[in-house]
Amino acid sequence: MFQGGTGTGTGTTAAALRAGGVGYVFWGTALVWRIRNGYTPGFTCEDATAMTVLSSIGEIAAKAREELASVRDEKALEAWRVAFMGRKSPLQSVLRSLGELDADERRDAGRAANELKNELDGALESKRDELRRAQIRRAETAGRIDVTLPGRPLAEGRLHPITQTQRDIIHAFTAQGFSVIEGPEVELDYYNFEALRIPKDHPARELMDTFYVDRSALGQGDDDSKLLLRTHTSPNQIRFMEKSDPPIRIICPGRTYRNEATDPTHEWMITQTEVLAVDEGLTLAHLKGTLFEFAKRLFGRERKIRFRCDFFRFVEPGVDMAIDCFLCGGKGCRTCKNEGWIEILGAGMVHPEILENMGFDPDIYTGFAAGLGVERIAMLRYGVDDIRHFYENDVRFLRQF
Amino acid sequence: MRVPIKWLSDYVALSLPVEEIAQRLTMAGLEVTGIERTGEEWEGVVVAHVVEVSKHPDADRLSLVKVDTGSETFEVVCGAPNVAAGQNIAYARLGARLRDAHTGEKKKLKKAKIRGVVSIGMVCSERELGLSDEHDGILVLSESAEKGKPLGEVIGDTVLDIDMKPNRADGLSVLGVARDVAALTGQTLCEPDFAFEALGESVEARASVDIQAPDLCPRFTLAIIENIEIGPSPPWMQEALLGAGMRPISNVVDITNYVMLELGQPIHAFDYDKIVDHKIIVRRAQPGETLTTLDGKKRSFTSEQLLITDPSGPIAVAGVMGGLQTEVTDATKTILLEVANFNPVSIRRTAMSLKLPSEASKRFAWGIAPELAPMTSRRATKFLVELASGKAAKGLVDAYPEPMPPVSVTLAKKRIPQVLGIDPSEDTVISSLEALGFGVATKKDTFDVDVPYWRRDVQCPDDVVEEVARMVGYETIPAAPLAGRVPPGVPQPIRELRETIRDILVGAGMQEAITYPLTSLETLGHVVAADVLERVPPLAIVNPLNVGEERLRTSLRASMLQCVARNLRTTKGQLALFECARVYTPTSEPLPRESEHVVGAVIGARLDRFGNASAASVDFYDAKAYVERLAERLSVSLTLEASEEYGLLSGRTATIRTSDVDIGLVGQVHPETAAAFGIVQDVYLFEIRLDALLPHVPPVTHYQSFSKYPAVVEDLAIVVDREQTASSVLSEIQVHPLVASARVFDEYTGEQVPEGKKSLAIAVSYQAPDRTLTDADVAKARDKIVARLGARCGAELRS
Ligand SMILES: [Zn+2]
Repeated sequence: MFQGGTGTGTGTTAAALRAGGVGYVFWGTALVWRIRNGYTPGFTCEDATAMTVLSSIGEIAAKAREELASVRDEKALEAWRVAFMGRKSPLQSVLRSLGELDADERRDAGRAANELKNELDGALESKRDELRRAQIRRAETAGRIDVTLPGRPLAEGRLHPITQTQRDIIHAFTAQGFSVIEGPEVELDYYNFEALRIPKDHPARELMDTFYVDRSALGQGDDDSKLLLRTHTSPNQIRFMEKSDPPIRIICPGRTYRNEATDPTHEWMITQTEVLAVDEGLTLAHLKGTLFEFAKRLFGRERKIRFRCDFFRFVEPGVDMAIDCFLCGGKGCRTCKNEGWIEILGAGMVHPEILENMGFDPDIYTGFAAGLGVERIAMLRYGVDDIRHFYENDVRFLRQF
Repeated sequence: MRVPIKWLSDYVALSLPVEEIAQRLTMAGLEVTGIERTGEEWEGVVVAHVVEVSKHPDADRLSLVKVDTGSETFEVVCGAPNVAAGQNIAYARLGARLRDAHTGEKKKLKKAKIRGVVSIGMVCSERELGLSDEHDGILVLSESAEKGKPLGEVIGDTVLDIDMKPNRADGLSVLGVARDVAALTGQTLCEPDFAFEALGESVEARASVDIQAPDLCPRFTLAIIENIEIGPSPPWMQEALLGAGMRPISNVVDITNYVMLELGQPIHAFDYDKIVDHKIIVRRAQPGETLTTLDGKKRSFTSEQLLITDPSGPIAVAGVMGGLQTEVTDATKTILLEVANFNPVSIRRTAMSLKLPSEASKRFAWGIAPELAPMTSRRATKFLVELASGKAAKGLVDAYPEPMPPVSVTLAKKRIPQVLGIDPSEDTVISSLEALGFGVATKKDTFDVDVPYWRRDVQCPDDVVEEVARMVGYETIPAAPLAGRVPPGVPQPIRELRETIRDILVGAGMQEAITYPLTSLETLGHVVAADVLERVPPLAIVNPLNVGEERLRTSLRASMLQCVARNLRTTKGQLALFECARVYTPTSEPLPRESEHVVGAVIGARLDRFGNASAASVDFYDAKAYVERLAERLSVSLTLEASEEYGLLSGRTATIRTSDVDIGLVGQVHPETAAAFGIVQDVYLFEIRLDALLPHVPPVTHYQSFSKYPAVVEDLAIVVDREQTASSVLSEIQVHPLVASARVFDEYTGEQVPEGKKSLAIAVSYQAPDRTLTDADVAKARDKIVARLGARCGAELRS
């Protein structure tokens, strides 16, 4: 922690200090008691005899009662307390002087002094109550405020809507036993394509326009170690399977990049979440159950899902998952393009060839994988009509979430 | 892939509404992304007969056309050269809504006077009907079209737009789609007719092929059709092509396109008489060879590109584009028809390097079954005989040096439930596969599956499983909760730290931003020193998309300042933004180092009680406050030390350290740097490297007991040199064992303080763990502290 960052406050303001202020102040080398309004009692008690003591007590009592009656605020009350009950008060002098009296006198005078002390204690307490009540009454009347005025501005911060959505997605899967893994954004061609059964010159590469990274800055360059910005989070499947054995349940959130022009539904930077599970006995039905749970957590427990056939090189069978439109309830609207269904992700059973390459016997182990586009899900949840809003970083947009 | 429904129905009876067929195709992986109906929009356009064509009195290129709609006749001024008496044409009545031939916008047709002659209505071109971009001539309808009938009923159609996936090369054909429609709707496929009468002299004697690169050309066929008469193709073929998105050109071109779209196999027609020796050699290009292609461009080739040549040299780029010299023209009499099979990779590379993507090269690149070549040749020849009055030569030159063996797959019966989680009956499996054209032999534990030639994408048992799933329907698969073993968790300390930092900064009032990782050297140069950029050059993108986005950033500061600048105009008062992201540093490893940073910026005026911008602006200590908050919440002890940083203002910049390790910085952005981003106000930022911070963050905070005895708090006012840092004074005070804490609560220069000095007001809290301190204890401690401050910091008590 920062030094000096944890002091407990005195409540004394710097301005008051500069002005030669109040309180128990170490001011140069001199230690000074000051009474703010300098109340000084009008007499002292020096010559102590029984009579004078008793009459002094009477005088003190009368004076104290009289002074107390005119006390109007807490400050004056404190001054009164110091004057009549403090260490240097006449009553204290009386009490100190009792030792000079003989026993009987001491008893009488002592009783009188104690009675007075008790009386003053009680008077002080009830005066305090009275003042407090008066203050509250004033607050209720003269201190009346306009409760409709705005509150004081508090500093306001929000997580980016993509961060919020990503966290909700992650939670939907960690709740089902998945661990979160992250991997590099600058990737080798091998992990992004080759190991996922997308060889060079395969038309499936056309589905993912790729940014290639110039290796020359790294001092080496051959074709096999071609560098690129990952076009999906799927390379993490391979990276994780290379060093782990079943059972596997991971999700890999992260940014991915596609070399395509932006428009209301296309961004060149896309946030994805990869899902991978490998174990004995996993089937397409488990994929459906896992994604169903995710869909319900993000879009409502009453959601329905639809699986249909789709094609991705690294899964077989391949799946496209849609949810029933939560805006129109499946009747058809603009958001679902009148279809009643909204496609939200691609998935499938991990291709047996990949499992085999990872050293898992595909006759024993099966696996499923899915890839979700976070922006798409955020757009659906928040009703955002243009994907480009997310990375324009206009605070007027970001503060809405 | 655009599939006109009328065309589709040539091969399969459509027993269901179009929407239902589209739905079933989509569910089975042939995603129908649109159902387009042509004709509905042609309100007010009807078939009319051209009765008479005469010259416009005042304009050479215009004619006056008398049209008959069956019930009425109208006179129309028409500019199309191809209008002629006897044609059936599309006539737009007054009030019809048509596309303007020049602007493409839709307009309501009004009565017009053209060069002095009143024109009532209009004879339409394809463009005006939205059929194609063609507007040089009018659309000529079939002779059988009934006068007065709404055009939509004559040539209107429904077109399915299918987003074909690259595994389904067979689906790039109307017949291929029809196969799936038949299987999915329980109908029988009706194969196209390949029969024609071959009357010409045998082709073998008149043409030959020599495949010198069999690796790039597995199969090559040649057919000859004589006596060709070039002319327009029939309206049904033109309509089919238009529906599929291709423009009709002439009978020969249309036939090659039609058959390609029908069967999925491209065709190339040469002018037989222009082929030297009628001898085709298929080989790789030789150094220096060139060819002028159909588009008039002269092209040269690499030695890996496949050419169709004759003894004189190249005549076509295999699978990509024909040569101009051997092109079929209006004068062509005899056609040499090439239907060949090429290596997909080779065609894809050539088409990409010559920038000549086409419907043909796409089909080759996706892979075509070699079995298709002779069938396609026969189908095209049949049309050339029937529609271009051709005489077909007997036989076919068919070079297929290494026939591809058929594919068969052994599928273990238990594999289906192992993958799908459902176990359909054997009958269901067999009938599903057979409906798709697969042959199935049932053994005790397996299905032996013969894959039809057009489905070479099916190669392994799980591919067959998917076919079964497509047929039984993915919707029959239940949703089963994930059961079984839960693997151990995998710790991700950097990720967890980053997420905690996000929460802390948001809690402190900062707004999170997310910016792009690509930037330019110029932009980075504003925040990173030139020598650093030179020593660690940011990685470059080979094929950047946008100017200014060609380098992977090595600092987050530039994008943060851009983000600040973008929001300044619309922000009143204070703006506090942060981002957690990666920077990319080249290393000697195969991959660059990707390290996570957090950067934050604060700018603008503080707000008053009503949220108005006050006169006071944020300063260094606002930025530092976020760093302090992070330190407190993460239980990390940080110190700040004045330092110099590129792009930051000297004297208002500090290095953040923990345990003597630099983990980041905080400071005011240099006004010139800020100005480079269009920021004229003072702006402050901080940046922390997460990997440097992480080792100093304790995994858990340990409870520390607090004294139950009261603390005595005294205020101490001292005067020190201006250069003396507050933290150095505090650390001297904190050395005393009775000091629980010490905190600066004011810094003051000015009146009553000598020149070059400053006054610090410090609240010191004294406390003992085991007793209540007496006045004497405190006085003693105070004296020791005052003496120590005098000796170590030159401090004097303020008097
Ligand atoms: Zn809807």
